[in-house]
Amino acid sequence: MKHSDPKKLLMARAASQDHFRTPRIASPFQPRIEALMQTEEWYDWAGYKAPLSLWDEELEYFAIRSQAALFDISPMVKYRIEGPDAEAFLNRVTLRDVRKLKPGRVHYTAWCNDEGHVLDDGTLFRLTSDRFRLCSQERHLPWLLDSGIGFDVNIIEETKSIAALALQGPASFAVLRDAGFNGVDALKIFDLAEFEHDGENVTISRTGFTGDLGYELFVDQKLALSLWDRLWQVGEQRGLRAIGYAALNRARLEAGLIVANSDFITAEHAIRADRVRMPDEIGLGFMIDMEKPHFNGRRAIQQARANGGLRHVLVGLEIEGNIPAEHAIVYHQGKREIGLVSAAIWSPMAKRNIALASLERPYGDTITGDLWVEIYAMRELRYQKLMKRAKVVPRPFIKLDRRTANPPADF
Amino acid sequence: MHPAGLQLTPGIFLPMSEVKAVIVKFALHRFQVRMISVSVKVHRPNSRSTITQVTQNAIIFVEHSFNMHWTSHYFSCELWGKNSGNGYRMKSWDAIVIGAGHNGLVNACYLQRAGLDVLVLEKNDWIGGAATSRSLTPGFLYSNCSYVCSLFRPEIMRDLELPRFGLQVISYEGGAVFTQDGDYLANYRDHHAHRREFARFSPRDAEAYDRYARDVTRQCRFIQPLLMRTAADPTSFRPRDISELMYLGKKFAGLGATEMADTLRFWTMSISDFLDEYFETDVIKANFALSGIIGTALGPMSPGTAYVLLHHYMGEVDGSVGAWGYARGGMGAVTKALAASFEASGGTIRTGVEVDHVLVKNGSAKGVVLVDGEEIQGKMVVSNADVKRTFLKLVEEKELPDIFLRRVRNFKMRGSSGKVNIALDSMPEFPALPKDSPVYRGDMHFTDSVERMERGYDDWKAGRWSADPFLDMVIPTTLDPTMAPPGKHFMSCFVQYCPPKVEGKEWTDADRDAFGETVISQIADYSPGFRDRIIHMEVRTPRELEAEVGLTEGNIFQGELTFDQLLFNRPVPGYAQYRSPVGGLYMCGSSTHPGGGVMGAPGRNAAAEILRDLSRGTKHMSPAHDVI
Ligand SMILES: Cc1cc2nc3c(=O)[nH]c(=O)nc-3n(C[C@H](O)[C@H](O)[C@H](O)COP(=O)(O)OP(=O)(O)OC[C@H]3O[C@@H](n4cnc5c(N)ncnc54)[C@H](O)[C@@H]3O)c2cc1C
Repeated sequence: MKHSDPKKLLMARAASQDHFRTPRIASPFQPRIEALMQTEEWYDWAGYKAPLSLWDEELEYFAIRSQAALFDISPMVKYRIEGPDAEAFLNRVTLRDVRKLKPGRVHYTAWCNDEGHVLDDGTLFRLTSDRFRLCSQERHLPWLLDSGIGFDVNIIEETKSIAALALQGPASFAVLRDAGFNGVDALKIFDLAEFEHDGENVTISRTGFTGDLGYELFVDQKLALSLWDRLWQVGEQRGLRAIGYAALNRARLEAGLIVANSDFITAEHAIRADRVRMPDEIGLGFMIDMEKPHFNGRRAIQQARANGGLRHVLVGLEIEGNIPAEHAIVYHQGKREIGLVSAAIWSPMAKRNIALASLERPYGDTITGDLWVEIYAMRELRYQKLMKRAKVVPRPFIKLDRRTANPPADF
Repeated sequence: MHPAGLQLTPGIFLPMSEVKAVIVKFALHRFQVRMISVSVKVHRPNSRSTITQVTQNAIIFVEHSFNMHWTSHYFSCELWGKNSGNGYRMKSWDAIVIGAGHNGLVNACYLQRAGLDVLVLEKNDWIGGAATSRSLTPGFLYSNCSYVCSLFRPEIMRDLELPRFGLQVISYEGGAVFTQDGDYLANYRDHHAHRREFARFSPRDAEAYDRYARDVTRQCRFIQPLLMRTAADPTSFRPRDISELMYLGKKFAGLGATEMADTLRFWTMSISDFLDEYFETDVIKANFALSGIIGTALGPMSPGTAYVLLHHYMGEVDGSVGAWGYARGGMGAVTKALAASFEASGGTIRTGVEVDHVLVKNGSAKGVVLVDGEEIQGKMVVSNADVKRTFLKLVEEKELPDIFLRRVRNFKMRGSSGKVNIALDSMPEFPALPKDSPVYRGDMHFTDSVERMERGYDDWKAGRWSADPFLDMVIPTTLDPTMAPPGKHFMSCFVQYCPPKVEGKEWTDADRDAFGETVISQIADYSPGFRDRIIHMEVRTPRELEAEVGLTEGNIFQGELTFDQLLFNRPVPGYAQYRSPVGGLYMCGSSTHPGGGVMGAPGRNAAAEILRDLSRGTKHMSPAHDVI
């Protein structure tokens, strides 16, 4: 915000003074969500008033898996990164090779500080050859700006000005098609394209956080409500429902996806020195491209890989029984404490008791047998203490063919 | 073997030189020890010795320049007071505490609760030192010196049952820096509101705050556990000091290479440089820099001020680390509760009695003499007064080693602050603020750049008060209904910089009034009609702080909080463990580790050392809360 005229600068600042009255701000979709809200269960998502559930957490989950579900992702932090050096800059900052990301494609990536500790994970959308959108859980403006020194690149935070929706579930393609987004059938997984909406553009990508067939839509915030209505009108016939985070969280766990500052602590927030993680320690090692030009954290990652500097590993666990093991301690041979479960549910799709856990190597890495979790299940004011066998299993916990099928099916 | 030839006669003072000589001989003979302080405990009376009449199982205090752990020896005697056999019967207190500041009272409470018979002597007619609330105009109560509470250790509040004796601390909401262009930068308690507020000035700085908060929190977590521990003496080879040094070393090693380097930098760098690493906006930097200069005769660009910031962040209100609050009833509520707790456990406080000097005989404190000549006997004396006042005014020079004296003289405690307390007829208005802004309930400032702060410091260096001073202004009555009549308000303005002398000359009343006017006119610039609301005003320059509170040069922390005067260097190397070169004379004020602020830790730690010297239990003292 570099105005040259101090009067204008002051006016711009003064105009936004009264934000203090609404510490939880509304998303551009708020009128529609409020209208559907029954449970009044809200939570704070990055300073937004966001629905945890709208009518029934469990049924909302089934809407994702059986029909189509609309989830407001506007609070997700979004940066627009553009300019002649945008590709080189992002290639320097993030782990994957951005040169391989073609315009019209999206990839899931992560970025590290110079010590090789993960600052965040997120999705990088290549809108054109020199225009990108980076979406993440945490905020990184100073990091991006400082890293951008020397690159011909412009970095703008656009969280508030861009409204975004996730449309997920087997009927999501049909909803988009019925809503008149012609050509959306051509989108393969991780493709994106621009479509017309109200005389402007909406960016639709075949991406999502559910492991299901699904899309994400990005539009200027002033077109948010008309976009919602456009989907809703045709969606009702296909059982389209609005959902809150609780349902989405179940779906993402089945998909084996991690959440920053929930399944790992990001480097800029870790107060305790041992809480930071390298990509290899949270299952993101696959992103690292050692062949590409230098990127932040490269040397540290290389050293850690060579010298046994990787102390942790993030694994998927399948736990006997059906009691979710959220935040349970993981043991080896029932005695030695080796880690912690960060997220766990009973998976309705897999019919298994699943979990994500961070373990201390070599456990979960070379030693994977004889693992146990200790579950404290509170039942009528008494802890039922359970020691359950756990098995390291590959992620995702469920694999749905419809997620990647081409062309996408109607349901 | 017992020290041969030592004659102890009950009822008369033991010639200390004699004890010294024998013990030194003994010590050098038997142990290769360096000697600094601590008492010698002697038990198991030996019937073959010449002191058979002496009471059993008592304690000998030995001159404090000796230090040894000498456990299984043969004497038992009492040198002073009650049990003496030949009619020497003057009342002798177990401990006399000079000063009813909050640290003196904390110390007295812990000693009294350990079963000692403790007397507190305060020169003023009121108690509290720099933590006091007085009514100077009807209906109003001022926090005359300190005005906000955060550092006071919750362990102490609980041990001494202060809530039962009326102490309540209320968290307050944020605050703001007014900018010269008519806007303001607020601090909100809500994380996101805080970020959005910063983003009004710089979206980049708004997001940089998380990293800043993380780094400062890391430093706080390192320092916090040290507050309630006696600092190690690195020159001693006692097992206790070595293990304390190892504790420090281990904590340090636990930091990781980068943090270690950060910590060393942090302890020595200027607050301005530190903030430059995170922020780019003047007003945002000014907003944080103020914590680096409060009470310090340094500018924001002087090295060492980053640590001062930490000192203001390591407090808490009920577990909310870094939060500040108002003591309900003003800061005097802290000392009022302490005094009530002390008296409830049987302690005695006398006010309006100034100690003229400490009675020292044969290198040991034996009591005090008041200004009016009254002599009071005590087995030990604890001074709550600052280190300069204690050793340059209350103890004769000849009792103190040269090097110690020199270091006390050179201890930096330059006055840098003043205070203006105002009774207001109605709530002042600040047109820059929305009417319902929570900022009214927090701390307000008018210095919107580090540059302006530094200019203010330039004035101080030239021996003048800042023409454009830095104010930390609060209106506690927005949350505390006990300090002013309904609708009326008490406003507290902490002012920096304000020199101990005006261009080398003593302050005059005219100077003081001109200083007060400087402050009022700054407020009035931002609050039209402010002057008309003033009912009464108390203006305090370092002169008043020194004369009334007894703070030498008016330094609010009883000594500056720069790293050369902290931990094992506070107040003087070799004497950082609350003991002094005079036997039985202890220090417990803010001049000692961990320093100034209404924290209570110096008073508590001193009590722990005293009780250790007496071989008394400290079960009534909670250990520091875990920092996990
Ligand atoms: C203007 C000002 C504002 C402050 N603001 C804050 C704040 O907001 N928050 C905060 O945490 N800290 C603040 N401080 C710092 C804090 O108040 C002090 O560091 C702390 O109160 C000192 O306590 P103490 O018990 O160590 O010593 P003192 O309070 O200095 O107590 C020493 C006592 O000894 C008495 N005494 C001295 N000599 C003799 C004698 N010869 N005979 C008998 N009695 C004697 C004195 O009268 C005094 O009562 C402020 C200080 C000042 C001056």
